[in-house]
Amino acid sequence: MKKEIDLTQVRYIAHLSRLELSPEEEEKFTEQLAKILSYVNKLREVNTENVPPTFHVLPLKNIFRDDKLNLSLSQEEALSNAPKHKYKQFQVPRIIG
Amino acid sequence: MNYQVNIGLEVHVELSTKTKLFCGCSTQFGAPPNTQICPVCLGLPGVLPVINKKAVKFTIITALALNCQISKFCRFSRKNYYYPDLPKNYQISQYEEPLAKNGYLEIILNKRKKRIGIERVHLEEDAGKLVHGTNPEDIKFSFVDYNRCGIPLMEIVSCPDISSPEEAYIYLIELRKILRYLKVSDCNMEEGSLRCDANISLTLPGEKMGTKTELKNMNSFKEIKDGLSAEIERQSHLLNKGEKIIQETRLWDPKKKKTISMRGKEEAQDYRYFPEPDLLPLEISKEWENNLRLSLPELPQQKYRRFIQEYGLPEYDAGVITNSQEIADYFEKCVKYYHHPKIVSNWIMGEILRLLKEENISIEKIKVSPEKMGELLKEIEKGVISRNLAKDILSKMFKTGKSASQIIKEDGSQQLSDEKKLKKLVDEVIKENPEAIESIRKGKKKAVGFLIGEVMKKTKGKANPRLVNNLLKEELEENL
Ligand SMILES: [Zn+2]
Repeated sequence: MKKEIDLTQVRYIAHLSRLELSPEEEEKFTEQLAKILSYVNKLREVNTENVPPTFHVLPLKNIFRDDKLNLSLSQEEALSNAPKHKYKQFQVPRIIG
Repeated sequence: MNYQVNIGLEVHVELSTKTKLFCGCSTQFGAPPNTQICPVCLGLPGVLPVINKKAVKFTIITALALNCQISKFCRFSRKNYYYPDLPKNYQISQYEEPLAKNGYLEIILNKRKKRIGIERVHLEEDAGKLVHGTNPEDIKFSFVDYNRCGIPLMEIVSCPDISSPEEAYIYLIELRKILRYLKVSDCNMEEGSLRCDANISLTLPGEKMGTKTELKNMNSFKEIKDGLSAEIERQSHLLNKGEKIIQETRLWDPKKKKTISMRGKEEAQDYRYFPEPDLLPLEISKEWENNLRLSLPELPQQKYRRFIQEYGLPEYDAGVITNSQEIADYFEKCVKYYHHPKIVSNWIMGEILRLLKEENISIEKIKVSPEKMGELLKEIEKGVISRNLAKDILSKMFKTGKSASQIIKEDGSQQLSDEKKLKKLVDEVIKENPEAIESIRKGKKKAVGFLIGEVMKKTKGKANPRLVNNLLKEELEENL
């Protein structure tokens, strides 16, 4: 059986996802994620030796669109869901620079 | 110590499709912020991206021109990272299955050919544009314009085969030329439609490749050359002291002329790629590939070689003329009307390119048709106008689109070929310049040119120079 997920991994994933977790949450999610993983691990019991990997659940390929203009949102609509905006742009905490 | 330099370049090119990679928003540069976005490129919940066929076609065409193998089967992946230039928190890109791989680009370096390997060519979406606040009240904020988000971006990754900054420069020039010939991108660095990052490592002969650094923030081909030179110097300095190179990303600082570590600002990269479930796989049929191969235009190097063979142009001329496909086309059309390729190439490389630059217009918009250009050159050959006068007439043709003969008629700038009149002027000039005659007597041939110039002055450049030359020679022989 594969090693279960541990606290270090949970902290790492939380950091990559820019999530701030409390120590209680870290414990809770470690336990929950471990359960999910062990559930999914059940799939390992199936013999897939002769089964090609599924790339997509739909048996379709090469679905294209033509290079044709479609209506975009208006500037007001586009910004309407932003928690903050200024200068007609989305305002976010300063990153670098 | 003498290190071997290994440079690999990662070039990002915005494809010149009308619409974005996965939605119908416009890709036009310079629109007001956040006016070319929709639920798909904003990544709102529940939307489905559908791929732009033209972007796939452009990528395959480029890959074919770069001698790549086209993947029969390919798909897209999500590259996960949290940065506000991406509203979805992931970029749709390609990872394990790029559209094409294993190609090469041939460059000519000091008259020798060298092949630079192309590792892969893939397709992804561009990210938005972030501006950091400058006003005091904005100093804690950045501002995002998502117009660029979702524009098709083609990534061309070279192998670390480039062994000097000069070679990198030539590679980029050659690559840009090909991309422009293929009309897949305008490659405008100021507008960000061509961007380049570099990997650099140094190796001692016989040893395995050293630790590489990644170099970013170079905004012109010149900066790329300068940035690479600075980084090579920094690395060799460290190695000479016996120190180790740290694998890291560095930024080129064009003001300080050196590369600066991004350490502390950059996280360990872990993009956790996984297949993009919203897009279906692509299967590029042999038939499509072959059709696209057949549709490839004559590429810059083929044209260059043909111009040397077919028109007998010197290598230099062939290089300048084939720099742009449009200039090359103009040249070929002119040659149809005037059958001396070298003379045509002289006029294009000199006057035409100068006028285009001065007036800041592209050759496609030139008012001097190839036919009119041919006519002008014939007038010179017939001796109707001198070369200098022709330059003058050409700039008038350039502005008005009129033909040479029309301008000659209107300006009365017909060349003075009246022998009697010219002989009189020649005599005058000889009388007025005894010192020049004296130096000719002493064997200084240069003074002849001076006397011709004096005659031309008297006729305001209208004298037929060949006639003046002959008349002057006759007179001098009699006098000396
Ligand atoms: Zn859109």
